[in-house]
Amino acid sequence: MIPTVEQIRELLSAKSPALLVDGGELLAVAKFLKNDPQLQFDFCSCVTAVDYIKQDCIEVVYHLYSVALKHGPLALKVRAPRALEQCRVPSLTPVWRGCEYQEREAFDLFGVKFDGHSDLRRILMWDEFVVHPMRKDYVPPMDYEWEPTPHGETLTRAKAQGGIVPASALEAKK
Amino acid sequence: MSATGIIETQTLEVSLGPQHPSTHGVFRMDVVLDGEYVVKLKPVMGYLHRNHEQIGEKIAWLANMPYTDRLDYFCSMTNNWAYALAVEKMAGIKVPERAEYIRVIMAELTRLLNHACGIGFLLSDCGAWFTPVLYGLRERELILDFFETVSGARMMCNYMRFGGVRVDLDDQMLAMARNIVARWPKFLDEFEKLMTENEVLLARTQRVGILPRELAINASISGPMARASGVEYDIRKVDKYGVYDRFDFRVPVGETGDVFDRFMIRILEMREAVKILEQALSDIPAGPFIAPEVKLRNFKVPAGDGYGRIEAPKGELGFYLVSEGGTKAYRYHVRPPSFINLTILEDMCLGHKVADAVIILGSVDIVLGEVDR
Repeated sequence: MIPTVEQIRELLSAKSPALLVDGGELLAVAKFLKNDPQLQFDFCSCVTAVDYIKQDCIEVVYHLYSVALKHGPLALKVRAPRALEQCRVPSLTPVWRGCEYQEREAFDLFGVKFDGHSDLRRILMWDEFVVHPMRKDYVPPMDYEWEPTPHGETLTRAKAQGGIVPASALEAKK
Repeated sequence: MSATGIIETQTLEVSLGPQHPSTHGVFRMDVVLDGEYVVKLKPVMGYLHRNHEQIGEKIAWLANMPYTDRLDYFCSMTNNWAYALAVEKMAGIKVPERAEYIRVIMAELTRLLNHACGIGFLLSDCGAWFTPVLYGLRERELILDFFETVSGARMMCNYMRFGGVRVDLDDQMLAMARNIVARWPKFLDEFEKLMTENEVLLARTQRVGILPRELAINASISGPMARASGVEYDIRKVDKYGVYDRFDFRVPVGETGDVFDRFMIRILEMREAVKILEQALSDIPAGPFIAPEVKLRNFKVPAGDGYGRIEAPKGELGFYLVSEGGTKAYRYHVRPPSFINLTILEDMCLGHKVADAVIILGSVDIVLGEVDR
């Protein structure tokens, strides 16, 4: 359901205004917030995600400001399940260009897939990296250096972690 | 040559960087060239990525303060302030007046040194190899001496605390700051004249890398970059954080949004920063420099989330924090200005020559410690 101007106005007077919407409505709400002449949230300042592992969801947060009317911030939040295949939300890049690289970063670090994003690739980690390191269940590698023949506990942890040791090295061990 | 007599050409893919002086650090631009002209450009980052955000979630709230120094290592004072501001907003801490003044002094000195060096590096990219940078670095060094006197470190200051600052400024230190500020109007006159009366510089920078106003807003561009494109938006004026509403200063705004405007905006901002510094240094009140009721040992932040931002020299520096009420952040996110200002690079470079792409990148004023985190 798209909120009304009055509801948003009321929200904005709160301490930290936040609007939680469903994934299906996100694009419509974003367009409304941007195009409504009384709101004009034309500046999407910050895009990020939070991994709420206990609630089993990943929350994507967009912080919106209005350059024209000089108000904000309004946190636009949307939730998606943690499982990698279902972890999808619509991309807001068509509405605010500024989301493009920040959504790539959220995909890279959290594994959120943004539907409708034109160029969803890893941005900070390298392309061969498998997992998403900002998730709360990420297991950091025991050895930060590449080890040609991992063994013992290092191998177990490397397998759990997945991305650090090249697949060929794991293959050779089998 | 083909049978029709027309020379057939091909586009050329060039990887500029990551190890190249014009990229200001380990940053790569994958460009496709048609002759001399850029037809496609993809920024590639992450070479300096160290997952700063994850470090911030594993250590105590205050222990993260020195890590913020390492984001934009030119401007550690403003990084400290943005983080402190976000935490103070969530914890509801009131900062004493003297501390607010000290913060303004530190932030504006940081703005001076950042812009002086940023312009210097931009001119290096234009071909004025290292002479302007040295003038900037000379003035910067005096400010860094002052930072060292106050905080013990030139660049990694780790100076702000939740509820105030770590060390008070005594009269001697204030006198030192006044001496530094007194040098700047003369330096700026010289520096500006040296640049703006140079015909080569004008030819290289005017009408190059134009960023239209609407695109700047839509692409979340902030700071001097946005203001050069005519976006009248300064967080110091809009949010009025700290004590910025007490100072008389203007927000310079550009017209065309080309490289020359971005260069001039920084000169004008330095002049405004000098004005703020003069006022702050003469009005600074006596009193505590840190809120006495804040217990920094075993510091906890009430559960909830919050976003705090300041006008850092490079643009909007924001911190998004989520707390579960404990001694560590549950989620710690940095909104780095130079990373987001960099995302528009392709739009500015298309149709320009390779040599122009280099100065357009220089005019964005990036620091890779902040871009890659």
